[in-house]
Amino acid sequence: MRSILAAVSVLALAAACGPTEPAKPAALVPSATAYADLQKLLIEAKPGDTIEIGEGRFDFTDGLSLTVDGVTIKGAGQDKTFISFKGQTGAGEGLLITSDNVTVTGFTMEDPKGDGIKSKGADNITYKDLKVIWTGGPLATNGAYGVYPVESKNVLIDGVTVSGASDAGIYVGQSENIIVRNSRAEFNVAGIEIENSKFADVHDNIATRNAGGILVFDLPDLPVMGGHSTRIYNNQIVQNDTPNFAPPGNIVASVPTGTGVLLMANRNVHVFENTFDKNQTAHVMVISYSNEFKDPNYNPLPRDFVISGNTYGEGGNAPAGRLAPLAEALGGTLPAIVWDGVTSYGGKTEDVRIAIREKPEVGFINLGLGTTPPDLTKANPSTTRPADAQIEEPAAVVLAHDKPKADAEGS
Amino acid sequence: MPMRVPVSAWLAACVLALSACSAPGGVRDAVILADDPAPRLSDYGLFSDVSAREPSEGVVPYDLVNALFSDHAAKHRAVYVPKGKTAAYQETGVMDFPVGSVLIKTFAFAPDMREPAKDERYVETRLLIRKDDGWVAYPYVWNAEGTEAVYSPVGDKQVIKTISPDGEALTINYAVPNRNQCKECHSLGDDFVPIGPTARNLNHVGPQGVAQLADWEARGILTGLPADAPAAPSIKSDAPIEDRARAWLDINCAHCHRAGGGASNSGLFLAWNETNPTGWGVHKRPTAAGRGSGDNLFVIEPGHPDESILLHRMESVEPGVAMPELGRSLIDPVGIALVRDWIASMPPIEP
Repeated sequence: MRSILAAVSVLALAAACGPTEPAKPAALVPSATAYADLQKLLIEAKPGDTIEIGEGRFDFTDGLSLTVDGVTIKGAGQDKTFISFKGQTGAGEGLLITSDNVTVTGFTMEDPKGDGIKSKGADNITYKDLKVIWTGGPLATNGAYGVYPVESKNVLIDGVTVSGASDAGIYVGQSENIIVRNSRAEFNVAGIEIENSKFADVHDNIATRNAGGILVFDLPDLPVMGGHSTRIYNNQIVQNDTPNFAPPGNIVASVPTGTGVLLMANRNVHVFENTFDKNQTAHVMVISYSNEFKDPNYNPLPRDFVISGNTYGEGGNAPAGRLAPLAEALGGTLPAIVWDGVTSYGGKTEDVRIAIREKPEVGFINLGLGTTPPDLTKANPSTTRPADAQIEEPAAVVLAHDKPKADAEGS
Repeated sequence: MPMRVPVSAWLAACVLALSACSAPGGVRDAVILADDPAPRLSDYGLFSDVSAREPSEGVVPYDLVNALFSDHAAKHRAVYVPKGKTAAYQETGVMDFPVGSVLIKTFAFAPDMREPAKDERYVETRLLIRKDDGWVAYPYVWNAEGTEAVYSPVGDKQVIKTISPDGEALTINYAVPNRNQCKECHSLGDDFVPIGPTARNLNHVGPQGVAQLADWEARGILTGLPADAPAAPSIKSDAPIEDRARAWLDINCAHCHRAGGGASNSGLFLAWNETNPTGWGVHKRPTAAGRGSGDNLFVIEPGHPDESILLHRMESVEPGVAMPELGRSLIDPVGIALVRDWIASMPPIEP
């Protein structure tokens, strides 16, 4: 009875304040009804609303979702607001966003059963200062992706940490105009992956302790193909040494443990001014898609790639994966940069243009495999760099919703 | 938790405002077209009794030849088209219902689903309403007495004990979807759309004992019905296994697994009319399956159901693995048997 009286007096007080100044709703606090309360706020949100999640630990058993445009979901900080899905019994992700102009920021999500935060068809999205982590470390039973924007335009990922994803920590797929920066990916199978996408800048990130640091792929049999125009620069891509723990069947299960940057198929990809160190298979690997495919619209070759001005520490000292036997034949190690040398598929040969603009002492090998699917017994290795080519670098990606902080506060 | 009103207070309210507690006037078009959802299902006047067993005039029960599996729930469907208006027949998609139409679907359980009509209890009723600017979904959850269903935009979780059609004792953690989850299945691009009432799914003798499409035409709620409307094979028929399996996949998966659907980025398209075998999974590699792959390489490995991701995900109830992601906490033995037999019947691909 006392609680009812208290509630009544709260209502009376609220009413006494009058209708002119609606009180800003308080941040959500942990409680038995926190999940339902938060999901209700997400359902009933209006464009422009900020939904605040307060400090503390929230244990949710079902996934959250947002379908309203222009909403900000804001925690008290990634070291203050923890949302755990350890006991999740429903939904394929922790948070699903399908609306435009959304910002998610300021919390740590733990142990989603499937993907962490997925945004699909969600244009102008911002993922900022948040974490998605699987607390048990790298396990095949962890969810696939940490943050997972797909089929979206104008994607900003800034200050995000993902740890433990059994596929890619930070994954952007079938999207365009993408920035991934100031982020940290560790103990994932793939740290950061840009797949079947165009116009992406991946810079000032740290990719470490993954099986593979940063991946740029183009894959067949998907609604959006023909990925191109990605720049990977100023990243720290070091000590990617976690044994690949991806469930077999997934494309990333084929990423050799200890790969710094893996570029597969795709067009116009530029890798420059990154720091590579302690990647045991190779620092940079450029390969064609090597599985059979029937998709007539798919090109499995990497074309128009530039590798330039990077810093390379030790690496290639213990190559893993499919190329290991080949490396064995080459003396047990691989140089900093490896290209499979595939230039033809389905009877067609292309001028693929792979430009290596590094100091002379930076190691390079062209495996000379010629055609895909490749026959590894037909390797014809060469350390001669391909002839340099004029390959225009894509312009910097600019996102209208990516305002410098001072401007945003001033407006 | 919904607020509990003492029965005496409720009765008093009824005495004060009789009209609010029953539906003497039949269907209320103004309530259907109001900006906001009505607080109670009975406010729409779609049924003439509080337990929603008796449809009002103009509300026509129907069924689909095959239904989405929802933890063995029985489903009771009905359609309402406003007087003087008609739905336009569509060859492939959902009938083009006019503004003011309502698709009503009630989910129900009996204590023993081998006798689904005996002591049946309604759990939820979902309304799809065709408003001026498109469809909306309003979920209503029934009270334990079965006398009122209230608007529940955030969904609900209920523990339901029943016996399955196969005689298995079940404790079901039944989830009433929230409004966003409604959208996950009912989205097509930026639109919110119904799924079931297509010509193929409706073109058979329905629960009224008459051919449904012809009946709709005779009632004046459907126009443009051709003589040769298509019909989907019943999964219980003796149609070829491929047709039955793909009919099951169509109604259980294709609302997401189609271009513009929630799973479009997978490139796995499971509608009955997909023509590319890679598109429906034959030797298609997974895209974003993660641990859902179950260590298998392909969505369908012909001749080898137990090496096929499709079946693996149907056989799981674990979030992150189980497909569909929403709407079931149990596996569907009928669907699994169909898909297993279908994949087993495919000639293996030689390596």
